Amino acid sequence: MRSDPAEYRLVSPGNLQGALSLLAAEPAQWLPIAGGTDVMVLYSAGKLPNRNLIDIWNIPELRQIEVFPDRIRIGAACTYTALRRHEIVSREFPLLATAASWTGGIANQNRGTLGGNIANASPAGDSLPALLVYDAELTLISVRGERRTAYRTFHTGYKQTVLAPDELILNISLPRQFSAYLSHARKVGARNAQAISKVCLAALGQIANGKIREVRLALGSVAPVPLRLHETEQMLNGQEIGPSLIAAARKSVMKEIRPIDDIRSTARYRSAVASNLVAESLTRLAVEGANA
Amino acid sequence: MSPLPVASAKYELSFTVNGGTKKLLAHPMERLLDVLRNDLGLTGVKEGCGEGECGSCSVLLDGMLVNSCLIPVAQANTASIVTIEGMAAHALMKPLQESFLECGGAQCGICTPGMILAAVHLLEKNPEPALTDIREGLAGNLCRCTGYMQIFEAVAKAARRRAAQ
Repeated sequence: MRSDPAEYRLVSPGNLQGALSLLAAEPAQWLPIAGGTDVMVLYSAGKLPNRNLIDIWNIPELRQIEVFPDRIRIGAACTYTALRRHEIVSREFPLLATAASWTGGIANQNRGTLGGNIANASPAGDSLPALLVYDAELTLISVRGERRTAYRTFHTGYKQTVLAPDELILNISLPRQFSAYLSHARKVGARNAQAISKVCLAALGQIANGKIREVRLALGSVAPVPLRLHETEQMLNGQEIGPSLIAAARKSVMKEIRPIDDIRSTARYRSAVASNLVAESLTRLAVEGANA
Repeated sequence: MSPLPVASAKYELSFTVNGGTKKLLAHPMERLLDVLRNDLGLTGVKEGCGEGECGSCSVLLDGMLVNSCLIPVAQANTASIVTIEGMAAHALMKPLQESFLECGGAQCGICTPGMILAAVHLLEKNPEPALTDIREGLAGNLCRCTGYMQIFEAVAKAARRRAAQ
């Protein structure tokens, strides 16, 4: 049944301190809402447990993208549209720009935010594998101060994170050290726009003298959290890409992932597709590495 | 965590809708879609899925295409909103209406306001879109009648017609 708006509060402090003070005063009672593309879906379906919402859409610190010589810092409420339009993001972090382009349709890209995708903590979040391979770092903020955490340690289980009830994600920092890498992104879903992924992949790699110098692979929707394939990467690094290596990589992927059956797909299908996507990314890496 | 028993009072909001200033009382979590339809009588804004999947409730909010079912009305306070009713005088409207008619781009009509607004949002930024651009620009708008090809064709034709003017 649809929610009754009279039963919900929405407060719009318009500044960071105001939002943090509210979160600190009544921890766990307030739910931040930015573009609303996740929160409002639950609300409309009558499934939103929180009755108190804080509007963080119009907080300037959360909406800026700052460029430094060694990194870029993306405010947590930057939209997918802002990411797609940003020159440095498009040029140096194409996996993130590509993921932004297949998250929802244009209307949802105009409202959906990178911080929201992280905080919502779905293992199917389209932008999350890219953040893993780009070594993203998060700055979390509360009235107690700021702390930094590597994104790879942010998710602790299905829909579980290290974010404290009084904290917001302030920004997402990406080191500018991957522009020379070859990159490959792929989403498999009922359709690219709107539909949530059955499996999605982000891959970065460098080829030197015909061998893999370094490869970074991450998958969405194959485990309780977005998953970096460390074991498969280790097995691949230093090797020459060929049919036997790809066959070994397929086996390693199947061992590393923990997919489940759900409304969108089955564990069996996801295993097959995850293995196919890694094989495809290695094949492309080999071809592009040879041409580079 | 048990939610606090809370209630919100209606409060006064003010925004621009289709060029005119509107003041009204609303609960902050009322959906912009419901306020536009029920309080302001703008029934060109359609409700399809109510969960941001279908694009029937598309409006322009400060020039950005959004799904009004996903916007708490408090987030539209002081904003400028354009619905299909406000598009009549837009320079793209005549070419779009003509091409939708000629190509069979509208059947039952529920998706049409959203399709038109998504097309305007696209063509304002990209006056000569390729088919892939049109497909992407309208990917958030579902149509259960046409099969889409007539709509893509209509948008391409409107763009050509606009360029020829």
